[in-house]
Order: sequence, then C-alpha cells, then structure tokens
Amino acid sequence: MHKIGSKGFLIFLSIFVSFVIFLYGPIFSIILLSFQGPSGGLTFPLNGFSFYWFGELWRGSGLVDIGASFRRSIGLGIFVMVLTVILSVSAGLAFRKKFFGSDLLFYTTIASLIVPSIVLSLGVALEFRLIDSLIITLGETLEIESIMETFQTSLGMYTSGFGAQLTWTLPFGLLIMFAIFNRFDKSLEEASRDLGANSYQTFWYVVFPIIAPSIVGIALFGFTLSYDELARSSQVMGATNTLPLDLRGLTTTVTTPIIYALGTITTSISFLVIGLCLSLVYILRYRKIK
Amino acid sequence: MKKQISIFQPKLSWLAIPFAIIFIAYFVVPLILTLIVSFWDYTEYSIIPDFIFGNYFYIFQGCFTLEDGLCLTFKTYISTFFFCFFTWLITLLLGFCVAYFLAFYVNSLPIQITLFLICTIPFWTSNVIRMVSWIPLLGRNGLVNETLISIGIIQEPVEWLLYSSFSVVLALVHLYTLFMIVPIFNSMLRIDKEVIEAAYDSGASQFQIIINVIIPLCKPGIIIGSIFVITVVMGDFLTIGIMGGQQLASIGKIINTEMNYLQLPGAAANSVILLLITIFIIIVMTKFIDIRKEL
Repeated sequence: MHKIGSKGFLIFLSIFVSFVIFLYGPIFSIILLSFQGPSGGLTFPLNGFSFYWFGELWRGSGLVDIGASFRRSIGLGIFVMVLTVILSVSAGLAFRKKFFGSDLLFYTTIASLIVPSIVLSLGVALEFRLIDSLIITLGETLEIESIMETFQTSLGMYTSGFGAQLTWTLPFGLLIMFAIFNRFDKSLEEASRDLGANSYQTFWYVVFPIIAPSIVGIALFGFTLSYDELARSSQVMGATNTLPLDLRGLTTTVTTPIIYALGTITTSISFLVIGLCLSLVYILRYRKIK
Repeated sequence: MKKQISIFQPKLSWLAIPFAIIFIAYFVVPLILTLIVSFWDYTEYSIIPDFIFGNYFYIFQGCFTLEDGLCLTFKTYISTFFFCFFTWLITLLLGFCVAYFLAFYVNSLPIQITLFLICTIPFWTSNVIRMVSWIPLLGRNGLVNETLISIGIIQEPVEWLLYSSFSVVLALVHLYTLFMIVPIFNSMLRIDKEVIEAAYDSGASQFQIIINVIIPLCKPGIIIGSIFVITVVMGDFLTIGIMGGQQLASIGKIINTEMNYLQLPGAAANSVILLLITIFIIIVMTKFIDIRKEL
C-alpha cells in the first residue's frame, strides 16, 4: 500500500518537504542577511552584499568580548565531549550486565534528561553557593588569609558548569550505548575468548571497532550539546559567560545584522563539527564492511 | 545457555562508578538541596537555614480565595499549560507524519538515514540562533508580512507574528518536533510490515490502517515523545522569554527571575512544585509503557 507515487505518498512527501523547509528556512535567511552591506537591516530585502558585518564582529564593535566567550565555549565543549565519551562508554560496558543499583542509575539518568533544565540549574547553583559559604566560614574561623581576602565563588565553568552540562549530554551517550549493545552479537566476543584473547584484547580488537561509529556519535552529542547549551548553563557558569549566554543577552540589545553574522559563524562551526563526525562515522562503517 | 556466557563475561560494574558520581554530584544532591532550601528563609543579601513554609505560602497567596480572580501562580501555570498543550498537539501531528513518511514510504536504507539526519542536524545547532532566525521572517517588516501585503491579503502588517504566543509555539515546535520524530520513528521501524499488508489485503483503507494498526503499535513512541516535549516546555524560560519578547509568563521564567534577584528559597519552592507537577505528568503517562524495552 505504501507505493511511491500514490496519493498518500504525495501527501506525506509534501508534509515532509514542508517540514524540512520549516527547519532550515529561517537559518538560511539569517545566513543570507548576514552578508548585507553596511546599510543592511534586520529584515529583507537584502541591502547589497559584503562582509561588513563580519568585519564589525571581528573588530568587536559595541559587543561584549565575543572572542573570549567563543574560545571558552569551544574549550568547555571539548572538555565535556571527552568526559561524555569516556563516562558513557564505560557505563555502557557496565550496564551490559545487571549490577547493584543498575536500575536506579538507569532511571536517574533518564530522569536527568527530562527534569526541567531551570530546576537543575538552580540546584547546581545552590549546591555551589552553599559550598561557597562553607569555604568562607572555614576561612574566617581558621583565619586563612588567602580565602578571606581573595575568595569569590566556587561557581565556574570547570567546577559547576561542566557538571550541569554533563547531566544533559550523558543520558544521550548512555542511550546510544544501550542501542548499540542491545543489537550486539555476543558470539563475536565468545569467539575472541575461545581463540585465547584476554578481556582487554577482546575489547580493543573486537568490541571497540564495532562500537567505534557510535562513539563518534556520542562525541558529536557531547560537543554540540555543550557548545550550544544554555538552559542548564544559565546559572552555573559563575563570573564567566559562554557563547550561548552572551548570545542570549545580545538578542535584546543588538539591532543590527551583526547578530546574524555571529549566528552564521556559530552555525557554521556546528555544521563543520557535525559534518566531520558524520563523515568519520561513514568512514568507520565503510571500513568495517570492507 | 545464558548462564554459560555470563561465566566468561568479566564483571565490569565498577566502570559505572564515575558515571554515577557525576549524577550524584550534579543531579541528585542539587535536587535534594533544592528541596531543603525551599524551606529556608532569606533576606536581600543572604539565605538563612530554617524550616518555614513561608515560601510556599507566598506562592499560593490569594489562590484559594476567589475574590480577586485568579492569583499570579495559577495564571502562570495556565499560561504554561497553554504552551504545553499546543506545542504537544502540533509536534505530535507533525512528528507522526514525518516519522510515518520516513518509516513506510522510504524503502532504501541510505536514503532513510540521510533524510533522518536532515531532520536531526538542526538539533545540534544553537537554540538561541534558531530562535533569532525567525526575526527576519516574522517581524513587522518581515518576509511573511511583506508577502501577505504584496499579495493583498492584508493591508497593514500583522503585529502578532513575533513576540507573541504564536511565535512562542512556533519556535517550540521548530525546536522540539525532533523529540517526537525519533521515538515514533523508532516504534514504527519495529512494526512488522506483514501486519500492515494483512490489514490492507483485508480491505482496510490507509486511514483505517493508520488509526487501527499503526497508532496502537506506536503508542510507546508517542508516549516517550510526548513526555519529552511536555517536560521541556513545562520548564521552558528561554523560548518563552526570547520569542515572547519577555512579555509572556511561564513558571520557568518566574524561577529564573527569582534566581536573578537571589531569592533562592523562593525559586527553590517554585522548582519543587514544578518538579512535582512534572513527575505527576510522567507517572500518568508511563503507566502504559516500559521505557527500557523501547531502546
């Protein structure tokens, strides 16, 4: 019944095509508008063609230090990506067999995915503010000068920030591991052991090559979700801002295409990372089939 | 047979420890602290350990006397439920149709994967930019208004396209339809094609097959997708903030505002209530399925 060319096919094809246009249309419109001339505005029609607004962005005219927050976001993204890969893969291996608390840990992970982000952000912020007051009290009672004079806050990208982001990236990582191991042919490992391989050899020469494409997938989730994360990060980055936090501030203050130029650049970086990862997945798969 | 295999499988449960530590430190403990602090007192400068119900009383102040109409909290929840309902309805219909097309009309696996990735890629890009990108289309002088005027459907630009409930729901649908597509698509792939063929051969129309065969078999996917969409909208403060021009209310925005003014115990009390409502919704919905079987 699902014949290509039938009436039903045409209806659902048109829904699908409209959906894709709906998904990508807006983003391409701001990419177009970011290449306007100096007199360009926030809406169509295009006023000339130039790289003027990218130049403005480069000079940092009127904006907060975007370059610095950009570098911070990339750094944090890589850090979160590495942790997401290591922690998800190791937990995925552990989850292949039931262990004490495995159900509890699984449901905690799923809960973390659907808990409202603002609640999580508040909780982590509270936790570190309480740690702050603990440190300050400690510093005052023990009269530790360095704490009393210079201590500001324990909130920061690499103390509270990365953890809040991991609660968002790790569930995806674990679900990907579940998906691969649910379809995993255990007889391959058996064969490897029968041939005399120890468990490390079995992992590195048999299991790892099979799950490698999925690991790249986890890395993709780890980096992109951290790089663009805002809801969970909103209260936990301390004194520094990541790029999405700055972007959010700019949505209310900036009224020139400079924000489109910024959008074009960060979207290009996302596309670049996605492209790299997907190509890598494709290469790994292809090599496996060969 | 199973037992035999397990003898040779090394015990690797210790590998889950770092993973568990992250969730204890950054998920379990923060939620417990939120619950505790929701009973604390606070001043303009600091929070004070205590055990009071003041923060909760404050939230529901005037909610149970009907003299002055609805209280702020109820109004906010109604507004939040409104966004939830419409986003849920549209993402469900749209997500189902897209998943249906991918699962049943696309027969070649490489094309299926490619089209699926096309739907997924925007999820890996910036949400804020995806919201901002509606401005040139929906603004007062945006593409939609200009087009409608030039065709002659309207004379004056329509104001409610941007910074309105409409643009909020539009942006939420834009951001989160994927959360519906993925689980529904996953459920659809498990449907035995022969079941559909059998229904077709017995004379069922396509519409009947969708209603009586496919939807019941996709129920787990539909429920998982619904949970994702509903919970993400329940706690949303960014989309409603940015696309609503900071004019519309949501419970997430209240929490966010209280946090910015360092009214942490108040924010914590609101969070606890939001969390309870979210948990209630999830429990009701998961009555029907076992999530773990769906992976």
